[in-house]
Amino acid sequence: MQPKVVTLNVNGRQHYVALMPNVTLLHALRDLGYTDVKSGCEKGDCGACAVLLNGAPVNSCLVLAWQADGAEIVTNVGLGTMDRPHVIQEAFADAGAAQCGYCTPGMVISAKALLDRCPHPTEAEIREAIAGNLCRCTGYGQIIEAVQLAAERMSEGSGE
Amino acid sequence: MLPEFNLLTPQTLAEALDMLAESAPDAVPLAGGTNLIVDLRDRRQCPAVLVNVAELAELRGIRQENGHVVMGGGTTIAEMLNDPLIAQHAPVLQDAARIFANPLVRHRATVAGNLVYGSPAANTPPPLLVLDAEVELASQAGVRRVPLDDFLVGVRETACRPAELLTAVRWPTPAQHSAAAFRKVGLRKSDAIAVLNVAVRVTQRADGVCEQTRIALGSVAPRVIRARAAEESLLGQPLTETAIAEAARLAAEATRCISDIRGSADYRRRVTEVLVRRLLTQVAGEVK
Repeated sequence: MQPKVVTLNVNGRQHYVALMPNVTLLHALRDLGYTDVKSGCEKGDCGACAVLLNGAPVNSCLVLAWQADGAEIVTNVGLGTMDRPHVIQEAFADAGAAQCGYCTPGMVISAKALLDRCPHPTEAEIREAIAGNLCRCTGYGQIIEAVQLAAERMSEGSGE
Repeated sequence: MLPEFNLLTPQTLAEALDMLAESAPDAVPLAGGTNLIVDLRDRRQCPAVLVNVAELAELRGIRQENGHVVMGGGTTIAEMLNDPLIAQHAPVLQDAARIFANPLVRHRATVAGNLVYGSPAANTPPPLLVLDAEVELASQAGVRRVPLDDFLVGVRETACRPAELLTAVRWPTPAQHSAAAFRKVGLRKSDAIAVLNVAVRVTQRADGVCEQTRIALGSVAPRVIRARAAEESLLGQPLTETAIAEAARLAAEATRCISDIRGSADYRRRVTEVLVRRLLTQVAGEVK
């Protein structure tokens, strides 16, 4: 097993990093400091590690870092920060959709992928979009409200 | 932490086949990784070499060719779900794709991976079986086509040989007067492994007489099976309530169910009969 230098474009920043072939994108990202990408089940059930990979929402625990060589990766902090939150993140805060917060970055990523292709989702569409993201504390009620709120605010033009 | 392996990234299909041949049987193709990475992590598979086929252009795309629909093995479940050609010619496949795991998995999981993994509970084999699909298996020796019905062998067992890659799935473009349906029973809506799943397809003449029937059953035997006696019982007959009930009974008889954490053998057998009856009734009304 030999390392290879791969290019990871994360949230608009280019990283050149030497990685072994058996390192998942999840751990490569966390080691680079993107700790908003959470490690949960590591088998594609919980969605805590969700990122956008060339625009598609995926579990980063099931992608090898070498497979993401040259790809565009967006994590939750790539959408917005505490100082300049994304409208989805703000809606999560306003709707009380985060309790322990572990699932939140993945939820936000799935919500972003949904609203990108479907700006006015029904409740069923929202439930379907977050079907791969498990929350074990608030329940899904506030999370669904948050996505609805974000959709309303985005269509009012207060978003991006 | 994943075990150690070498990861090869071919640029072309030919290169990928060379790499697989060179390291067979210790080389395994890697695409979406939604089964393989999990298996590596749990040490259920420990191949020395992984060949990353996720980016190969030769495995992508869905097209029509000589009266067939041809879908690249690297087609993801999400792509299948959004493809207009599949929507037109195989909506039954989209019914299975729609309830496939969850959206995050669907963006990575490929149809080839779903078939090669050989799970009796997999979502795509029942609709592909009722469509009379064949798989294309490529190796250094060339390409061979195998009917999906012969490809599926047992639990985690298929006709795919070491150093072979499933490059495409193809099926005859269904006739206009043919209708199909799929239904999965899971313990929850998303992220559920099937307790059982059923697909049917019926081709009827204008007078309502059945010309061809396909019934495929998942999670009720070591592999996804065709219920042939049930299919044959409907041939040359109008799809009456009695004929459908008899076919459903025969379909349940074809199962070899086991009891497991998701359901008992008896439950599976009974629900197979109910679902086959409902789906046949549904498509009998749809066929024009």
